[in-house]
Amino acid sequence: MHATPNLYDYWPYAGRPKIEWPGRKKLAFWVAPNIEFYEFMPPTNPKRQPWPNAIPNVQQYSQRDFGNRVGHLRLMELLDKYNLRGSVSLNVALCDHHPEIIEDCIKRNWEFFSHGIYNTRYSYGLTPAQEQAVLDDSIRTVEAATGQRIRGYLAPALTHTEDTLDLIAENDFWYSCDLFQDDQPQPLKTKTGKLVSLPYSLEVNDVITYSVMGFDPDRYTDILKRHFDQLLLEGEKSGTVMCIPLHAYLVGQPHRMKPFEDALKHICAHSDDVWFATGKEIAKHFIDNYWDQSMADIAARGVTTGGTGFRHG
Amino acid sequence: MDKSYLEYPKRAYGQDHDFYEWRQVKDRPKLAWDNGVKVAINLIIPLEFFPLNPSGVPFKHPGAMVTPYPDLRHFTVRDYGNRVGVFRILDALDDADVKATFAVNGEIAKRYPPLIETIKSAGHEIAAHGLSTDHIHHEGLSFEEEQTLVNQTIDGFNDIARGWPSPKVEDGERLIRGWLSPARNQSRQTLGCLRDEDIDYCLDWEMDQVPVQMETFCGPIMGIPLSYELSDFTLLHTRRQTEESWLKQIQNATSLLAEEHDRFGSQMLGLTLTPYIMGQPFRIWALRALLKHIKKTEGLEVFRARDIADQAWRQS
Repeated sequence: MHATPNLYDYWPYAGRPKIEWPGRKKLAFWVAPNIEFYEFMPPTNPKRQPWPNAIPNVQQYSQRDFGNRVGHLRLMELLDKYNLRGSVSLNVALCDHHPEIIEDCIKRNWEFFSHGIYNTRYSYGLTPAQEQAVLDDSIRTVEAATGQRIRGYLAPALTHTEDTLDLIAENDFWYSCDLFQDDQPQPLKTKTGKLVSLPYSLEVNDVITYSVMGFDPDRYTDILKRHFDQLLLEGEKSGTVMCIPLHAYLVGQPHRMKPFEDALKHICAHSDDVWFATGKEIAKHFIDNYWDQSMADIAARGVTTGGTGFRHG
Repeated sequence: MDKSYLEYPKRAYGQDHDFYEWRQVKDRPKLAWDNGVKVAINLIIPLEFFPLNPSGVPFKHPGAMVTPYPDLRHFTVRDYGNRVGVFRILDALDDADVKATFAVNGEIAKRYPPLIETIKSAGHEIAAHGLSTDHIHHEGLSFEEEQTLVNQTIDGFNDIARGWPSPKVEDGERLIRGWLSPARNQSRQTLGCLRDEDIDYCLDWEMDQVPVQMETFCGPIMGIPLSYELSDFTLLHTRRQTEESWLKQIQNATSLLAEEHDRFGSQMLGLTLTPYIMGQPFRIWALRALLKHIKKTEGLEVFRARDIADQAWRQS
């Protein structure tokens, strides 16, 4: 076990070289609906129980299923209204269980990235070969269902091994949503490839605000607006990223949709300054235009540690 | 239970320890801050290192890793504060022309020296905050072990300062004068260890609304209070109250302390601003609003902890 992941070097926010998003926009905004499947009778993992209390968990399971049956359509139609395309954080087994939802996303030209097979199968204890099998399955399943080659990864239920980031880089993924250290894209120190840590945010994630912090819908809206305003202000100096990660079983509840719409309305009123994009588009723009300048500036700060993730220099 | 359980050897007038004497607010000599300030505000910004593999001895530090190894989620959420959030706080302080005290883990100074240099260059104070969140001072450590921890921490800061290109530490100025223990936990020996290393004030104890001189086996040390109830970690993170409420509660506190000035003299409020909490984009407005309120309110002023300590020592 290591004290630090060594997946990135220290890079203070102040004085970084400027990032400009396409069209000289200041903030790249993306929405990441998590489209998930939680199993009714998941196997247990020695490191984590899939459901609190007992298996099965009828209330928790059925609330997730509500997201799939009711919430997603609501959310999709709301995003349509504001011309926003989602970047779907997908438990890929959903392609088998509920292909209708996938079709709805394809019609809207949404992007897909992998969020593992099921949200009830964790990475803990997997060998590199087993984790590779999850990635193969992810790439193959999404390609068969949608024709898209996935480029992004968010480990299922945010569970990792020391190999996760190296493996996704090796499999030609472009971005990871697993790290929360920054409001700008960050180059990661993987053995191969150019893997970007893309700001995904836990702080404005509806699981955190609703389930963990217990905020009410108006407070969530207030937080989203303030978060956006501050990042837009800072984007003047150097482009920032704001992501709203969503779960239809939470934000798609009837009592939460109207306040959430107020937040979207506020954000979408700033189209002169905001690049509405998908995860892959932001990652690619960063890799093509800013990877080298970022690496040079990080090195110039004089505190790089060498090595790569979990292989300390 | 053993019969000793119902024996009370320290049952007598006053405190049950020797660090300071019992004294009620009405019997306290009146303190007067410089420039006629009625209420001093001390802003403490902790810069913490949360290892991915904490031992959790003797307990898990607040904010430490939660999920099974490797908990990249909590590691990076905390690290966000040191990379990004702290710079929002620094900007807010700079715009208000206010100087604060940054309580820094030795591990942060070692790993992120440019951050320490930026803070020092901006005129803020650096206080030692132990080695890391996984180096908690407690009764299970021997005196030598605690001494080593304190030594290592302070030496680390001095090593970094020696590498700074221009003299940021003026002749005769001690870079580190103050201490905040990880998780504010101490053993009965901690204060003595700190005094032995020339630390002259400590931020762990909050038994009064003014600094209190404490006695150790190595000499006196000033205890400068820091509010647990109003800390952003307690109020916004643990208790999940709103930023509006945080601001209002601090305003209520400062106006009450100002009202008490005639009776009890100058008092103070120590406030914690945690970079991974207060430095969030959606929260930073609240700090800016607080600083604005302080600047426009007569009798309120922000002092660094060392400036508070100087004034307290002079009047002790």
